Amino acid sequence: MRSVLSLTVNGRAREDLVADNMLLLDYLREVAGLTGTKQGCDGGECGACTVLVDDQPRLACSTLAHQVAGKRIETIEGLATRGRLSALQQAFHEKLGTQCGFCTPGMIMAAEALLRRNPDPSRDEIKAALSGNLCRCTGYVKIVESVETAVRAREAAE
Amino acid sequence: MLPFTYSRPRNIGEAATAGAQPGTEFIAGGTDLLPLLKEGVRRANRLVDINDLPLGGIRHEAAGVRLGALTRMSDAADDERLRRDYPAVVEALLAGASPQLRNLATVGGNLLQHTRCLYFHDAAMPCNKRQPGSGCPAWDGQNRGNAILGGSRACIATHASDLAVALVALEARVVLGARHGEREVPLADFHRLPGDTPQIETVLEPGEVITAIFVPAAPYSRRSTYVKLRDRASFEWALTSAAAALDLAGDTIRQARVAVGGVATKPWRLPKVEEALAGARADRSIFHAAAELAAQGAEPRQFNAFKVELMKRAIVRALADAGSLA
Ligand SMILES: Cc1cc2nc3c(=O)[nH]c(=O)nc-3n(C[C@H](O)[C@H](O)[C@H](O)COP(=O)(O)OP(=O)(O)OC[C@H]3O[C@@H](n4cnc5c(N)ncnc54)[C@H](O)[C@@H]3O)c2cc1C
Ligand code: FES
Ligand code: FES
Repeated sequence: MRSVLSLTVNGRAREDLVADNMLLLDYLREVAGLTGTKQGCDGGECGACTVLVDDQPRLACSTLAHQVAGKRIETIEGLATRGRLSALQQAFHEKLGTQCGFCTPGMIMAAEALLRRNPDPSRDEIKAALSGNLCRCTGYVKIVESVETAVRAREAAE
Repeated sequence: MLPFTYSRPRNIGEAATAGAQPGTEFIAGGTDLLPLLKEGVRRANRLVDINDLPLGGIRHEAAGVRLGALTRMSDAADDERLRRDYPAVVEALLAGASPQLRNLATVGGNLLQHTRCLYFHDAAMPCNKRQPGSGCPAWDGQNRGNAILGGSRACIATHASDLAVALVALEARVVLGARHGEREVPLADFHRLPGDTPQIETVLEPGEVITAIFVPAAPYSRRSTYVKLRDRASFEWALTSAAAALDLAGDTIRQARVAVGGVATKPWRLPKVEEALAGARADRSIFHAAAELAAQGAEPRQFNAFKVELMKRAIVRALADAGSLA
């Protein structure tokens, strides 16, 4: 069965005819054409599919599209403004928080949710907030440093 | 993914009627169910989404706290009064899964999560829980993660929840709703031992919904704690865990509550350990002696024998932590 799904993706209201059994992840990648959100494990274990739902980090692989009807979805594509990278994106780029890049959209969305809730997190708070995101490349140290760099950049910009 | 139809009933009656039909599964947070459907471990023709039922919210009362079944793990973990009055519950919540999962996962779904036994998750292998009568390859196979308590020849899969271990120690009750009203079951009696029918995991009747979890306020609730031991420090299941709660008069234990996880086929309360502690002094030698009793009846297999010792140590640590709480 298909039915109409209304929601907001990266600030834009959308309506699509969506199958009952479609995952939010497939909706974002295949219907909305936003392939920044990655499918890693497809089972809740890696965090690569992290998106924000009403500002909260959630897993798009473990959510049905119809379960977020009426909600505000944000993906990695929504962070840059007029072609300028966000502070987190810039910091991951400069501080080598990204290597192969597969985990990066999920990492950045989890970090973005943290900084909205807590603009000046401790190192332990950063680690806890990113504990649901696995990375096979960086060893995590550069990722934590990238988030710390973004925190300072955001403070300096204020 | 397999095709299923999807509905969102607005009251328990409708949900119970829809849920009682063969081939139907309820979906709450979906964090357990959706991966299992994708893996082909479970099958469903119909998903009944219970998120529109009025089953959210945390209500503190004099007699205890009522957690609506749809309360997200993250919301329960953020509740200041829950943290103050039932610390073991919040510690168990925060020790489980990941931030993203806790934002989705409900406390009701947490009690009903399926085992992480390797063979249950591998649809190409036999498994009595998944396919009754097909056999249990864990018995002589990769059983490092499997149970040492409560198992049968048919199944040694652990119940993997952290939350349920803290709740069973604190004598929580599960409130169940059906078309004809509600009933309450002690959490200790909610899950079934595997016996010859490991596919039947709880006392839930077809169509019955968990509506709430009730945790009674007891003299030991505030002095309660949860210890989780695992292969890595975060985002990992328990190899062994222990919840302990103490009611102290000076350094004498009036009563104790103790339960363990990661080692048993259901959330595992330890009445013999509790009896040995009641009336004794709260010190390490007493804790050690009591913890010895936890292993009575343990039946380790080839790769999980280490859990016997680990379990005793987790209990001692949890008791010592609870004893030193202000
Ligand atoms: C990678 C990963 C790691 C995890 N780590 C941990 C961990 O360390 N510790 C831990 O405790 N848990 C852990 N979990 C489990 C997680 O907490 C559970 O998956 C979650 O709590 C299930 O809740 P849900 O609302 O998502 O359930 P769902 O997936 O929606 O449902 C699970 C089952 O319960 C049934 N159900 C749900 N709600 C009700 C209800 N109210 N009444 C009747 N039936 C209902 C559904 O039909 C389904 O069969 C982990 C999960 C994953 C995927
Ligand atoms: S793809 Fe969603 S958690 Fe791995
Ligand atoms: S950069 Fe490759 S997985 Fe993280």
